[in-house]
Amino acid sequence: MATHALSPAAVAGYRGGLYEWLTTTDHKKIGIMYVINSFLFFLIGGVFALLVRTELAVPGIQLFTNEHVYNEAFSIHATVMIFLFIIPMLAGLGNYAVPLMIGAPDMAFPRINALSFWMLPLGGILLRASFRTPGGASAAGWASYPPLSERGALSSPGPGQDLWIVALILIGTSSILGGINFLVTIFKMRAPGMTLFRMPIMVWTMLVTSVLVVMATPVITSALVMLFIDRNYGGTFFLPPEGQAVLYQNIFWFYSHPAVYVMVLPAMGVISEVLPVFSRKPLFGYKAFIFATAGIGALGFSVWAHHMFTTGAVFLPFFSLMTFLIAVPTGVKMFNWVFTLFRGQLTFSTPLIFAIGFLTMFLIGGINGAFSAAVPIDFALQDTYWVVAHLHYVLFGGSVFGMFAGIYYWFPKWTGRMLDEGLGKVHFVLMFVGFNLTFFPMHMLGIQGMPRRIADYADPAWNGWNLLASVGGFIIGVSVLPFLWNVFISLRNGKVAGDDPWGGNTLEWATSSPPPPYNFDRLPEIRSERPVFDARHGHVAHGGHGGPVEEEAPAALEEGHVDSQGPGGAS
Amino acid sequence: MTADAPALTATAVGHAAAGGHAQRGISNPILGMILFITSEVMFFSGLFAAYFATRAANQPWPPKVFGGILDPLGLIIVATIILITSSFTCQFAVWSIRRGDRRGFIRNISVTFVLGIIFLVLQAYDYTLLFGEGMTLGSGPFGTTYFTLTGFHGAHVFGGVLMLGVLLYRGMSGQFSARHHDAVEAVSLYWHFVDVVWILLFSILYLL
Repeated sequence: MATHALSPAAVAGYRGGLYEWLTTTDHKKIGIMYVINSFLFFLIGGVFALLVRTELAVPGIQLFTNEHVYNEAFSIHATVMIFLFIIPMLAGLGNYAVPLMIGAPDMAFPRINALSFWMLPLGGILLRASFRTPGGASAAGWASYPPLSERGALSSPGPGQDLWIVALILIGTSSILGGINFLVTIFKMRAPGMTLFRMPIMVWTMLVTSVLVVMATPVITSALVMLFIDRNYGGTFFLPPEGQAVLYQNIFWFYSHPAVYVMVLPAMGVISEVLPVFSRKPLFGYKAFIFATAGIGALGFSVWAHHMFTTGAVFLPFFSLMTFLIAVPTGVKMFNWVFTLFRGQLTFSTPLIFAIGFLTMFLIGGINGAFSAAVPIDFALQDTYWVVAHLHYVLFGGSVFGMFAGIYYWFPKWTGRMLDEGLGKVHFVLMFVGFNLTFFPMHMLGIQGMPRRIADYADPAWNGWNLLASVGGFIIGVSVLPFLWNVFISLRNGKVAGDDPWGGNTLEWATSSPPPPYNFDRLPEIRSERPVFDARHGHVAHGGHGGPVEEEAPAALEEGHVDSQGPGGAS
Repeated sequence: MTADAPALTATAVGHAAAGGHAQRGISNPILGMILFITSEVMFFSGLFAAYFATRAANQPWPPKVFGGILDPLGLIIVATIILITSSFTCQFAVWSIRRGDRRGFIRNISVTFVLGIIFLVLQAYDYTLLFGEGMTLGSGPFGTTYFTLTGFHGAHVFGGVLMLGVLLYRGMSGQFSARHHDAVEAVSLYWHFVDVVWILLFSILYLL
């Protein structure tokens, strides 16, 4: 914060107040609004999850008036978590980080950036409003397969499903515009010297994510408009006898499988920034990581039908093989991360702990996913709680732990204040324990044959695991409280962060915290993927010996010389 | 070791210079439009995939009631020729403004704009004829796919016409020159894309 005094023009340009936030086109403010908006939807989606877990804690129907309301609860839980929390939260982290990391003053299209953001709360309101319609919200699951999602007395007669479709089209359009913005920003706005192979991994993962978004999201838009036409104008796309329900599944998963990588690649990018900084080492295998990311992006388009093995309508050997194949680049990344930690000078700050949470939990999610890639095992486990366990180990164990690593890592940059380490660790322990208590038992339930998406169950063998999962769910719920308290007290009187509290490698640490509206008064020379590291140790890193240079302590940067020149110094 | 100020300030980069305007190569709006068109291609791919899947599952195609209803030599060939012509006039407009010929630009973009509107009018009239023969969105897979595909294409033509209108307005107020006409290049790409989609649609719906 103190560094602001050095750039008075920056402060004057930053009008305060609500009006400024509502009309801003500054990628940093938009990024923060993305994060806040997504976090609110995380809380809403979390409440729905707790309702679901409460209902399932013991057999019978207790909490909900009937099964239909239960169906609404899990449908909206998943829709909110995927489309209004994980995807936009990661887009928000990227929105803040990417222009800073490549040394740009803003995104390529700042007004389109604001438009992308504002579509999200609008979509969220539509989704929330659908509870007030006759027949209630969408109850057809987040995938909304026809014929369940078609109009019909026994399926989805009310306008709730239509609102769901419109909300998703809005959110999808927001994603597409955001993806285009990221790509143009990354290709066109890099600072001099920032070649593609000097970009931070976070920027690379956002690049590949954006390609997936631009190529895949319009495809689900097409599925949704066809579903809308079926429901409202007598169309015959997906409803037998003339229409084909499997057609919807193909088009839906053509988006929704790449969407899985949209939801995890940026989180991989976050921990690829966090692990090197807290190991005091460069990322092990920078280029291999990039090629693995591109490989995941490319293969991601050829595995969609592994969600449809049991339909009997897809070529099983091909999709099974491709699914196993995609584990290879993912495995490469595990080696990148583990060998970055190996013999590093580890500092167990909260961001690193969450990153390690990602590593371990995502590994489990990868392994149980590989089981499901085997056709015979998938036939046995399709639509059981095994699938629920798998998807939460990747999306919660992976994406959510990754994004919390990012929040703890960049909070000092966003606000100029450090989050409290002690509360951060309490948050991690509660969330880690609660997460595993909730989702590990679901493996057992799945193997025992408990189907997903049911409000009640009769097999007594499932009682214990379900109760355990529900207890775990509430521990996850409680774990959010120390985090919220942490944010609250840290904003008020947290430790002042300075420009570069962690001893970072990438350009966002070369400006003040928070950065001025135009981001940089001046940039360090960019000669590698770690320009700020080079600036700190220039004569060592480029002494001609090559090889990675081990660093001593981040304390060296406490004073923040990076932007200690006034704006007058810029050329 | 900590205060290596010279290394930090070696490359002082001003606000504008980092903005990409100094860089060579494709401009931001044009790249943005190419990516947007990419996403549109994927959107239409979804619709085309649904069309072929539906057609394969519903033989004979067209169904007997609608046999011969889509006559490639009827009104639609006129609309098709008009839209293809408009792509040429659009490109003439681009070449005009690249030369700095503002009057030629305004003339060509006006013609394109009018041709786009004529296409929409013809398509709307063609729709009324089809409705008259009982073919609608809800009259089975043949009508559903036809009106969905041509309808979304028509919506894109409408969007393109709006963009052309903006170009025309900006052109008449003298906002474009040989050096500054990224919007013209971007809109022309979009207009060509809309044209290509129509050629595909015409081939598939009327000829195939």
